[in-house]
Amino acid sequence: METMKVQDITPNDMPWKLRYEASRCTLCGSCVAACSFRAIAPKVERRRLVWSEGDYPEPKQRFSAVPVIRQVNSLTNYCRGCGICEKVCPNDAIGPVRNQDSRHPIVTRCLAGDSVKRGGRKNLEATVRTLDRLRVGRISQMTDPSLDAQRHTFDLLAPFGRILPPGKLPFTVGAGGNLEVTGQSPPVRWIYPVIIGDMSIGALSWRMWEGVAMAAAYLNEECGLPVRMCSGEGGVPIKLLKSRYLKYMILQIASGHFGWNRILKTMPHMVEDPAGVMIKIGQGAKPGDGGLLPAQKVAEHIQAIRGVPKADLLSPPNHQGLYSIEESVQKMFLSFNAAFKFRVPVAIKVAASSTSVAVFNNLVRDPYDIVGGFFLDGIDGGTGAAHEVSLDHTGHPIVSKLRDCYLAAVAQGRQGQIPLWAGGGLGRTGDLAADAFKMICLGASGVFTGRLILQMAGCVGNDMGRCNACNTGLCPAGITTQEPALAHRLDPEKVAQNIVNYFLAMDQELKKLMAPIGNSSLPVGRSDALVSTDRGVAERLKIQYVC
Amino acid sequence: MCRIGAIKSRHYIHASQALQLMQSQQEGHDNSGFAMVMQDLGGIFEGYKHLPTLSMACTDQGLKTAEDMMHAAGFQRVLQWVPEVNPEPGLDINAMPNYVFETFDYPKPYKKASDQEKQELLLDMRLQLRTVLEDDEQGYVYSFWPDVVTLKEIGDPRDIGTYFNLWQPDNKFTARVITAQCRQNTNYDIVRYAAHPFFLQGYTALANGENTFYQKNKEMQRKLHRGYIGFESDSQCFLYTLHYVHRQLAWPLPYFKHVVTPLPFDEIGRRDDHQQLQGIRQSLAHLEINGPNTIIGVLPDGTLFTCCDPKKLRPLVVGRSADVVVFSSEVCGVNQILPDRDWETDIYPNEREVVIIGNDLEVQRWRQ
Ligand code: SF4
Ligand code: SF4
Repeated sequence: METMKVQDITPNDMPWKLRYEASRCTLCGSCVAACSFRAIAPKVERRRLVWSEGDYPEPKQRFSAVPVIRQVNSLTNYCRGCGICEKVCPNDAIGPVRNQDSRHPIVTRCLAGDSVKRGGRKNLEATVRTLDRLRVGRISQMTDPSLDAQRHTFDLLAPFGRILPPGKLPFTVGAGGNLEVTGQSPPVRWIYPVIIGDMSIGALSWRMWEGVAMAAAYLNEECGLPVRMCSGEGGVPIKLLKSRYLKYMILQIASGHFGWNRILKTMPHMVEDPAGVMIKIGQGAKPGDGGLLPAQKVAEHIQAIRGVPKADLLSPPNHQGLYSIEESVQKMFLSFNAAFKFRVPVAIKVAASSTSVAVFNNLVRDPYDIVGGFFLDGIDGGTGAAHEVSLDHTGHPIVSKLRDCYLAAVAQGRQGQIPLWAGGGLGRTGDLAADAFKMICLGASGVFTGRLILQMAGCVGNDMGRCNACNTGLCPAGITTQEPALAHRLDPEKVAQNIVNYFLAMDQELKKLMAPIGNSSLPVGRSDALVSTDRGVAERLKIQYVC
Repeated sequence: MCRIGAIKSRHYIHASQALQLMQSQQEGHDNSGFAMVMQDLGGIFEGYKHLPTLSMACTDQGLKTAEDMMHAAGFQRVLQWVPEVNPEPGLDINAMPNYVFETFDYPKPYKKASDQEKQELLLDMRLQLRTVLEDDEQGYVYSFWPDVVTLKEIGDPRDIGTYFNLWQPDNKFTARVITAQCRQNTNYDIVRYAAHPFFLQGYTALANGENTFYQKNKEMQRKLHRGYIGFESDSQCFLYTLHYVHRQLAWPLPYFKHVVTPLPFDEIGRRDDHQQLQGIRQSLAHLEINGPNTIIGVLPDGTLFTCCDPKKLRPLVVGRSADVVVFSSEVCGVNQILPDRDWETDIYPNEREVVIIGNDLEVQRWRQ
């Protein structure tokens, strides 16, 4: 028998324990092969069988060695609760069970002396979300009848780019009594109000990224939905940069500038402009933290795209050299606007924070009219890899912050001039249309979503600590890994199909929400269409309280 | 539901015509009020076309306050017309003690001022009066502008007509352009200011419909111009947008329609002027109306027009004779005023159309 010390790590210290029924197990080995975390292993147990055959007790015993599947006692290879073993087991013999008494947060820190990292999302509160306390309560009837969601044409489009105040439009009345264009306006693209959020090729497996890019192209070319996808920091394959599909891509630059060398070098060979450029200043799920791509995910093709050796790739928490908002506007925005000869809108993405309104105000007053979008990312978003303490304890919810920014613009008569895009945990219930619609009524021009896209592809993680191992490079679904064997678990075509179908469903649902309020264009800022059953929420968001 | 109407005539017509136009449609509204704006005035005001007339309903105290303020500001009264009223018992009217139509000469320092300066002065003066008279509901100032009078009252239009002696045509109270509406706006509070037509610096607008982007319009307009106030009715937004597009931005009238009812993006993309239309759609997105509406407007030069939202659930018919053009929510209104016209020339404007009546009464129809 093994000797155990109380300090030793055993499954009851872990966040998940395995339910295993030896009697059902045929020892096929599927679960062990499928567990990308190597959290289970075959083992031999010594068993004693006692029996008696006569009319009175005459115990006999037999010892045997029995092969079984057991949880590994290790802090590196611990069970993430992903449930893949359960999925592959033909006999329902094994599966993870949440361990209420886990000591994991303590023992990992005690043993490793290092901060805990993980991927995924904030896992602390499971309270009712603000968005679920809002309802579309202004229903058109009688005086302005509802529209027919099936038959009416809806303009489901949102602006990406700087919009001039009306007085600054470069129009003059010509001789024929028509307005003539007599100057330049900043580029504005009208796109689908849901952007596929910034997830880098590196954080994602190349097969996942390919599937998403395929979905974006299909949605545009076959379904007529002008959906844009943001590259994330870390570059774009050269083939795509040189292809006409580049027009569906928003290229991201973050503080690490990864991948930009290649993008800049490819510029002369581009046949289309990208849809936009997004300067990422911060991320809602881990504000104050830069990007983090652990060495185990820096495979050869990632090294090539990013132009780096195999090592932990850390983006600094801020853009070196930017110390003020004025600088950010002048330096970064001007240079990126200039790079594409002022033909491509340039937007900024920041983590929601109690200071967001101040930042937004500064940008909205910028005299150069070059900030083409304010992407506000809330605390409930996901991420590929981050320190747990940042994920769980830093950040700001998105709903009230988006509303604050919109109302700040209203107070200055500048609503709409810098389109507001909101993200961070939207679609958490699986219903993105409702969340998007409510955010739009509160003042967002559109929304962006990342994590939900992973879930469409088959991510098994959730907000209650399930999986969230995107940082390990061992994603059991093949989504956030660069291990060829794991990545091949994912079928890019199926990913694309799921995303396309989800968007088609969402498109119908958005129309189902537009119809009853009688609108054929997006009701940006129509907070009169919303009511809240929570007095605090109603007051904070300046909408009607109902009960 | 509102009923709206307008008459534009080569010759001066009496206000009773407007009452008759609306009375014939009484089954379509709730008889809860009557309001009209008369422009290009005849009768007693004809000789004072270049001087501003104040239209006001007020208490005795309000009248004194207003006159003191006008005096202090240097305006000199040159004409006063107080309609004789018939306070018969049993009339359904919520009357104010005084109805005042007073014409003033400009303050001395403004005698040689530009039109622009005078126009700003008149607006400021009206806004000041309105603010001061708001205390204790001393009074309501509807317009202060040359060649324009406004009357708004709560009650049964028939009784309002009787009270003001408006059923009797005479040659004192006449105009070439009259816009009128029955029914107080009941979506919001019943206040006198909430009744269309609304008037601002030469522009008049009235509407039948529902402005579902009211909140967006209101939030945007509040910051666009000091005269965009009140918002007692969602239809006021149409006036402010008309004023903003045509006067402040100085864009030709067709662009008003492109602002309030922009074309779908794919149609804009197919047009030669797509840069202009897209620029308008994005910069003025918050002035879109997006709801079933029919609008009637009058420009400072007397041009009368109508347009509507593409959802077009609110009808309007245009009937005409050689000397008169009538806009009416229901055709019975036109029949009342122009019983002998050739009804085959009636126009039922479609959702993409603006119908414009110039001062020569020539009808233009623009496709958006
Ligand atoms: S739940 Fe996932 S991590 Fe846990 S043992 Fe099964 S496959 Fe491995
Ligand atoms: S399934 Fe993959 S993407 Fe989803 S949480 Fe687990 S590791 Fe992350």
